[in-house]
Amino acid sequence: MARRFLLEFEKPLVELENQIDQIRELARDSEVDVSQQLLQLETLAARRREEIFNALTPAQKIQVARHPQRPSTLDYIQMFCDDWVELHGDRNGTDDQALIGGLARIGEKSVLLIGQQKGRDTKENVARNFGMAKPGGYRKALRLMDHADRFNLPIICFIDTPGAYAGLIAEEQGQGEAIAVNLREMFRLKVPIIATVIGEGGSGGALGIGVADRLLMFEHSVYTVASPEACASILWRDAGKAPEAASALKITGPDLMKLGIVDEVLKEPSGGNNWAPLQAGDTLKNALEKHLSELLALSTSELRDNRYSKFRKMGKYLESQSIESEISV
Amino acid sequence: MSLFDWFADRRKGQFVGKVTQESEESDGLWEKCPECGQVVYRKDLIDNCSVCNNCGHHNRIDSKERIRLITDPNTFISINNHLTPVDPLGFKDRRAYADRLRESQASTGLKDGVLTGTCEVNSIPMALAVMDFRFMGGSMGSVVGEKITRLIEHSTKEKLPLLIVCASGGARMQEGMLSLMQMAKISGALERHRDAQLLYMPLLTHPTTGGVTASFAMLGDLILAEPKALIGFAGRRVIEQTLREKLPDNFQTAEYLQDHGFVDTIVPRTELKETLTKILRLHKTQEVKSRTNA
Ligand SMILES: [Zn+2]
Repeated sequence: MARRFLLEFEKPLVELENQIDQIRELARDSEVDVSQQLLQLETLAARRREEIFNALTPAQKIQVARHPQRPSTLDYIQMFCDDWVELHGDRNGTDDQALIGGLARIGEKSVLLIGQQKGRDTKENVARNFGMAKPGGYRKALRLMDHADRFNLPIICFIDTPGAYAGLIAEEQGQGEAIAVNLREMFRLKVPIIATVIGEGGSGGALGIGVADRLLMFEHSVYTVASPEACASILWRDAGKAPEAASALKITGPDLMKLGIVDEVLKEPSGGNNWAPLQAGDTLKNALEKHLSELLALSTSELRDNRYSKFRKMGKYLESQSIESEISV
Repeated sequence: MSLFDWFADRRKGQFVGKVTQESEESDGLWEKCPECGQVVYRKDLIDNCSVCNNCGHHNRIDSKERIRLITDPNTFISINNHLTPVDPLGFKDRRAYADRLRESQASTGLKDGVLTGTCEVNSIPMALAVMDFRFMGGSMGSVVGEKITRLIEHSTKEKLPLLIVCASGGARMQEGMLSLMQMAKISGALERHRDAQLLYMPLLTHPTTGGVTASFAMLGDLILAEPKALIGFAGRRVIEQTLREKLPDNFQTAEYLQDHGFVDTIVPRTELKETLTKILRLHKTQEVKSRTNA
């Protein structure tokens, strides 16, 4: 098995894991019974891991959310979807590999699934543009969502992107327009929409497939208005302040639940989803089935009205009672 | 504007139609064009909608001046001006968000970065929102999002055509994800306005970028823009870093967007009211129809 990619704060665990490996090796070559010792060390390692992951800072959560071995859209599709048929293209000249979609079955239900897809390594990442979709990706997503609307298929969105692609071609093809139209049109759709931030949710690029009846987030996923790096260099004038920006921006699931943006935070296995992908898959599948059956019980108009009022409520401001509201120009 | 208002503004030490462009000349009666260097008499500049007579440079104007240029005198009635921003995250970078808000409020006399209301344009009723770039770079937080949403809902209810004058650096980072969600909230309200077959036009002014571009700025039935205005999704510097290649000179200008099919028409400010009137009148039969359908 490929060596696990370790994050900086996981390093204290490495020593323990190396010890465990060494003892295993010794035991293989000799007749000594080390099971007791192994159990002890493994328990200790598990406890350490738990401690570390329970106390992650927002900046560390970003690292977990961006972990190269964190399960991706295609991983989840493979784990719990049957009859997957990928559907390509925006019918307008492009097929974006950073934002994929297709038909599948989850349990008993046929669904349309869309999601951003990063690569595992550099070569894959170049093909997937690091999960940063171009306008054609958002237009493909809308084409597929319209298809779902016509055939009454619920829509499942997996969000995992650093942001929409920022480049000459993206501006030329109308990145802003592509995202904007998705935001508006997702309010029109008559089928249930569930979005889950499986990795990182980067700003408008995430929201472009994120106008949903339910927004779920994994425990170590993050969702940001701007990348902490960009935020730090603009507001602090120092990109090195990204960890401070990450904390100040309130980007974690629990924070976003408090702000009324996220509906449910999904628990991750100790060590994060990359540690036990199958467990993460089970968690996600169960959550999706639960929310789907709740949403499918609603009428079309209830569904659309609820979606509207869900977003309508977002925002914090003061409504002062004073009558000095008239403004003269 | 009435004479009384004019005197009131004078007393507050505020020149009517003040040009916000800072220059050495701006204390006096003369203004130097930042584009061509031509020195012009301030009153002439204001009479020309703050557009340089020599080179056509559109100087930035504030929200009240914009309203004066578009609406018939004394027809603008502001709504929801009682909404004030809060600091939902307790955000502090080099300075506290609460301090930045107070400072912007003091320097602009506004509570946040947008004015909304109803008005008449050559006697045609219209709903109007005008963003004010002076207020924290026109950034969109909860108040901007809420006021625009309420205005859209109002114009849907009252069957009014809608104009939103955009000038914004994008979502206001200091309110975190709440700011991002305003993009969705406004787009949802626009969906209902559109469904009611009502006309919506954004006017893109310098600059219109980020989250505003990726939402209501690009959702117009017709999209208008001011000459040479910077309009884009991503910042030029970010793009240059990723590409490491030279971008076209007119990159992300109104003209570039029109060339690529994202702007219906570029309207010089001096012709803005006239053009708006034409478009509104041309849609009037449609409007009457949707009124009688209701
Ligand atoms: Zn000039």
